[in-house]
Amino acid sequence: MTPLTRRRLQNFRANRRGFWSLWLFLLLFGVSMFAELLANDRPLLVRFDGHFYFPIFSDYAETDFGGDLPIPADYRDPELAKRIAAGGFMVWPPIPFADNTINYNLPSPAPAPPDRVNWLGTDDQGRDVMARLIYGFRISVLFGLTLTIFSSIIGVAAGAIQGYYGGWVDISFQRFMEVWAGLPVLYLLIILSSIIAPNFWWLLIIMLMFSWMSLVDLVRAEFLRARNFDYVRAARALGVGNATIIWRHVLPNAMVATLTFLPFILNGSITTLTSLDFLGFGLPPGSPSLGELLSQGKNNLQAPWLGLTAFFVLAVMLSLLIFIGEAVRDAFDPRKVK
Amino acid sequence: MSLLAVKDLSVTFASGDSRVEAVRGVSFDLDKGETLALVGESGSGKSVTALSIMQLLPYPMASHGAASSIRFDGTELVRASEATLRDIRGNRIAIVFQEPMTSLNPLHTIEKQIAETLNLHKGLSGVAARARVLELLRLVGLPEAESRLNAYPHQLSGGQRQRVMIAMALANEPDILIADEPTTALDVTIQAQILKLLKDLQARFGMALLLITHDLTIVRKMADRVLVMTEGQIVERGKTEQLFTTPQHPYTCKLLAAEPRGEPRPADPTGKPLVEARDVRVWFPIKTGLFRRTTAYIKAVDGVDMVLRQGETLGVVGESGSGKTTLGLALLRLIQSRGEIVFDGHRIDELGGNALRSLRREMQVVFQDPYSSLSPRLSIAQIIEEGLKVHKLGGSAKQRRAEIERLLQEVGLDPAAADRYPHEFSGGQRQRIALARALVLKPRFLLLDEPTSALDMSVQAQMVELLRDLQARYGIGYLFISHDLRVVKALAHDIMVMKDGKVVEIGPAASIFTAPQTAYTRALMAAAFDIEIAEPQAVGT
Repeated sequence: MTPLTRRRLQNFRANRRGFWSLWLFLLLFGVSMFAELLANDRPLLVRFDGHFYFPIFSDYAETDFGGDLPIPADYRDPELAKRIAAGGFMVWPPIPFADNTINYNLPSPAPAPPDRVNWLGTDDQGRDVMARLIYGFRISVLFGLTLTIFSSIIGVAAGAIQGYYGGWVDISFQRFMEVWAGLPVLYLLIILSSIIAPNFWWLLIIMLMFSWMSLVDLVRAEFLRARNFDYVRAARALGVGNATIIWRHVLPNAMVATLTFLPFILNGSITTLTSLDFLGFGLPPGSPSLGELLSQGKNNLQAPWLGLTAFFVLAVMLSLLIFIGEAVRDAFDPRKVK
Repeated sequence: MSLLAVKDLSVTFASGDSRVEAVRGVSFDLDKGETLALVGESGSGKSVTALSIMQLLPYPMASHGAASSIRFDGTELVRASEATLRDIRGNRIAIVFQEPMTSLNPLHTIEKQIAETLNLHKGLSGVAARARVLELLRLVGLPEAESRLNAYPHQLSGGQRQRVMIAMALANEPDILIADEPTTALDVTIQAQILKLLKDLQARFGMALLLITHDLTIVRKMADRVLVMTEGQIVERGKTEQLFTTPQHPYTCKLLAAEPRGEPRPADPTGKPLVEARDVRVWFPIKTGLFRRTTAYIKAVDGVDMVLRQGETLGVVGESGSGKTTLGLALLRLIQSRGEIVFDGHRIDELGGNALRSLRREMQVVFQDPYSSLSPRLSIAQIIEEGLKVHKLGGSAKQRRAEIERLLQEVGLDPAAADRYPHEFSGGQRQRIALARALVLKPRFLLLDEPTSALDMSVQAQMVELLRDLQARYGIGYLFISHDLRVVKALAHDIMVMKDGKVVEIGPAASIFTAPQTAYTRALMAAAFDIEIAEPQAVGT
């Protein structure tokens, strides 16, 4: 580890808020990666007739548990539960609902308020809010991360080429970007969603078409500056090719600005997905999503647990990312003093 | 009682857990009308001392020791209140910084910048302020002062900017003027003018002048008394003449002996020509109007003919902007040029692609700024190895490593340095690394673009020694670009004097130094060796 890296790590840790935010965020994200083990409508483990079954990992039919029909087992069915209880036991996850499980056994009409079974209540279709939250958090962060990674790769590459070559390449690319940025993204999404059924990957591609531009100007400016440095000139005098110069000499020095920006881009990506879901142009109907929960909250003002839950989760997640971003910025700030 | 009394001044910089003592127990007095020179190499704490007087250090990162005291005209400045300091800064004590390119605000006209201090301290504004600004600009000898009132800093040359800086400093007729390397960034001819100006102004206003510099020639010319600083301490003090004739402290002796001296080793004057240029031109088009038509050209290099023989050094001298560097880059084919360039009997000005790439082995370059010429994210070994990798030389990784270590030793560095990063090295060491990077390919032609200008005097002398040795050992032809005639004298066999992209004079070094033919060369010599203004019409401002 170079002293520079060590100093940066030290600066990052010195920002206590950002440092703890990172751990908290990683914890939340790590936990949500195991959503299936936390919130599911199948038990983790079934003991029946002296055999162990793992419904989480494989499908079993009713007949396996002494049922009459060869249909997939519904473990929430009281009949089946009674049969299994007679011949063994079931271990349920802490939240016995998946994101799309409808709880037909509600004390009041959906949306039902929080109680001991549905910790955060249910939405207007009787689905458990807590379960949807865990799945929705995971999909939001995954979408944000994927979008951030891909748009950074494209953005850095485009910025590097523009900045390094300059001249006509730069001018024509810049004008193209101005035209491209002028396209109305939302309308394009509406039109496209009427042609294709938007899923995770389609949305990602469509969003990627416009989100790559956020880093270009930053990287371009760094390259415009760095390409006149003597060490780049010295590399050219050694006979090093352009691609190697970009990769080995200029890019590492332009990465500081990029890395500083990443948490904020991630934030933006998550917000974009949420707002599309809120408007109904996002993930396909039925997918767990924070935006959809927000729009349910708007439609059911009499059920404040819907809107409040979505609001707090979004606020906490976005704040954590901003705090992390601030700490990253501190870490890379050469003039930073404690 | 003296005007300024600095007693037991110490400055500590803290960053994280590390503490650096930049200045340790410095004491000195400064009287009215006196010129005191503070001499030392970079990192010796001279600028920090000057900034402490103004209390302009980055507090609370920097802190003074408990015993530190700076008394100015009866007022204690250390830990004085902001209001007291504001009253003194720019009003009674003024400072001129080294870098005229960045010391002025690029967005304000020079009138506005000078009038600001007048307005703050004297309450002058409007017509009165304007009259005073004009008076000041005439005082510092800015030509056509009236029409330049509304000029922005970028419209002025370096020397003119430094004059504006001095005008700003003098605006309130301060008692003390601190000049922190006021001429280091300027050409030698301009340097002579600025120093003369400072001397005249000092005589006129009876100011005390605290001159901070690393250049002993300037000290000898300007100062009444000298303080020699190293590692944050004053190691010797005394009257200028006395200090120069009978230096006491070993460090002072070392400093005085550090000037680049000696002569280049004799070379064969009938040697084979290595690089020849015939009518080389580099013109940058000036484009104007809606359709960006080329209306004129900046003639950076305008019809240069030259010959560099094997194992010889051709010194290229001239003021900044005379096209020295551009010519060098054109000869290396790093920028577009017109005219014939012949390397080792083959024309290379029309080569491209792979032919040019294989030629790069033979021609290498060392740049002026050791801080920007090494990629900060690569280790020393990676930096030096790159050329070998590009040209697929040096055999296996192990052999390459051995070669790198041998080379580091050759340029006077510890081979263990190979795995460290550039920021861990001083300017002089970095320049050696840059030299090693160039030498690893065993070039026959080396372009040295002011390789010693950013270095301390003693390091300069070592560098010159090293360059001479390497030339004798490998028979490399140097194109040595410099504005410092003393270094050129110690290295060059032939000299080419450039002005405005044209060759003014070219010939053997001995004859140019003893009998310069043109007025321009004579003016350059006078400014460099005696800091005198000779034939002012021959040089710019």
